[in-house]
Amino acid sequence: MRGYLLKRLAQTIPVLFGISVLVFSMLHLAPGDPADLLLGSESTPESVAQLRQEMGLDRPLPVQYAAWAGRIVQGDFGRSTVLNREVLPEILKRFKNTLVLTSGALVFAIVFGIGIGILAAVYHQTLFDSVAMLIALAGLSMPTFFTGIVAILIFAMGLQILPSAGMYPARGGDFFDLLRHLLLPAITLGAVSAAILARMTRSAMLEVIQQDYVRTARAKGVGEHRIVWVHALRNASITIVTVLGMQIGYLLGGSVITEAVFSWPGLGQMMVRAIQARDYPMVQGGVLLIAVSFVFINLAVDLIYAWLDPRIRYS
Amino acid sequence: MITHPDQHQAASQSTPPPPLLEVKNLTTEFSTYAGTLRAVDGVSLSLSPGEVFGVVGESGSGKSVTALSIMGLIRRPGRIVSGSVQLRDHGDLLTKSHADMRKIRGDLISMIFQEPMTSLNPVFRVGWQIAEALRLHRNMTKPEAAEQAVELLDRVGIGSPRQRAREFPHQLSGGMRQRVMIAMAMACAPSLLLADEPTTALDVTVQAQILDLMIQLKDRDGAAILLITHDMGVIAEMAQKVAVMYAGVVMEEAAVGDLFDNPMHPYTQGLLDSIPHGTSRGKALKAIPGIVPNLLHLPTGCRYRDRCPAAHAPCARAEPPLHQMSGTTHRVRCWLHHPEPPK
Repeated sequence: MRGYLLKRLAQTIPVLFGISVLVFSMLHLAPGDPADLLLGSESTPESVAQLRQEMGLDRPLPVQYAAWAGRIVQGDFGRSTVLNREVLPEILKRFKNTLVLTSGALVFAIVFGIGIGILAAVYHQTLFDSVAMLIALAGLSMPTFFTGIVAILIFAMGLQILPSAGMYPARGGDFFDLLRHLLLPAITLGAVSAAILARMTRSAMLEVIQQDYVRTARAKGVGEHRIVWVHALRNASITIVTVLGMQIGYLLGGSVITEAVFSWPGLGQMMVRAIQARDYPMVQGGVLLIAVSFVFINLAVDLIYAWLDPRIRYS
Repeated sequence: MITHPDQHQAASQSTPPPPLLEVKNLTTEFSTYAGTLRAVDGVSLSLSPGEVFGVVGESGSGKSVTALSIMGLIRRPGRIVSGSVQLRDHGDLLTKSHADMRKIRGDLISMIFQEPMTSLNPVFRVGWQIAEALRLHRNMTKPEAAEQAVELLDRVGIGSPRQRAREFPHQLSGGMRQRVMIAMAMACAPSLLLADEPTTALDVTVQAQILDLMIQLKDRDGAAILLITHDMGVIAEMAQKVAVMYAGVVMEEAAVGDLFDNPMHPYTQGLLDSIPHGTSRGKALKAIPGIVPNLLHLPTGCRYRDRCPAAHAPCARAEPPLHQMSGTTHRVRCWLHHPEPPK
């Protein structure tokens, strides 16, 4: 297991390098000279040249990359050209909010998606199964912005039991206020993932339940409850974790729309603004952070795999 | 805990012991979109303690379904329609609740399957899988059961059992996996072992070892074995009694010696003829023409008549009953051997 861990950790290094090169290149692939763009209509050739020198843009690209990467490694993500503040604290603050939203969505997706999937498999070809899969199909088919708006219409405008925007009330609030604010956006964001998980869990469980080793367990005298939750789920979880890993990535990236609908002060919203304002350091920092989290989520999924499936661990 | 029938054996020594297992008129059906098919159609079998009873037949003859019916492991869309499965001292298994059957399975009756590759759970250590049976039926603690599992692995001839117990199924060879299956099945010293093609998936050299092992353990624990196979050679070596099944019914039943010396049913004769011998070298292998009939569309009369070289007029008129030949235990379902075939 330790060998696998080290091997898998080593594999992240080239990936991280590739990401950093791509993120660095963004600045240079975008049309126009960054210094030109920054100075805007007031630029003179002299001021542009001066800024280029200040920013190091006149040096060869590999040198620029090395200098940039060196600063990134030390936690210096540069200054936002629009806010004129350090990028890292800004994006971390926003990223934290996005993580809260994503985690909420994930909890919803896991509890309802996997739970309903297992029950649908256990009660295969019953009314519960049919209704659950119909709801899952509906959840899968509805775009996030639509689900969000409907949720606001019903629970915030109509029943007026849940807030429609923000993370806290304007006067500030405690953990329970956060939960109240989190409920609608988390369900909205997690709905599609829950639906996908429910369907995948159900089919994975149905497949596993037909395997010979489940029959062996029954022949041993194992009860149905234990068959489902121990013998079958452990095998089905290999599929479920794969889907879950992809869904976490989707939730992180897909939170942009939910954040916009519910005015959630997350990284997604901030990124949209930074892109519109051509705030390159901010965009670079945000993209880098999201990409790196993807890499580590995948790493975590692979390690969970190895823990779940000894055939991976020992091969 | 359930009492083992063996514990009552002493009391009944003067009279011939009642059968350990008595299956009567067992009928199991499966509902399919095309209709209801009867995979097992009125099968009756009787096993004495310590006996090996062979069941032979081609694929689809209902051998495995018979075993699964005895175990109470028939699942939707299948169901047992009629019959009884009497286990000595425990009554009719077909009338037991799910909870009662769970206590019997793996304790009084165990089963091993054809495919050792897929019959073990790939994500649990083999020691854990053996120990589970002990924890379920013997109320052992985890460490006790784990220790017992190591001992069982040793008993089924697995070297360095302590280390093997910590391994996963994919780390073991096919023969070793089948040994693990046997260790699991024998963990609670059952009085009846159902072995469904236990050696079919194994190398020939390993087959003999596994069969020897089953006999050893049977003699040690005094278990009876219902041995399902399509291999007449395995039957000749292992069984005392044998039933030949075809399309869900028993065609012929006899002591093993009788069956091999004097096969009466044309189907049994066909099965025995299709075993290659040294003298058949250079000649074409014999085979029974045709295939097992679709159970949804059985021929009228005898269900073997389409393939039978001895088919004659009565065979189309009615299905022959399983007729007991006078003065023997030999029973055969064929109009050729019936005193009153339909005119």
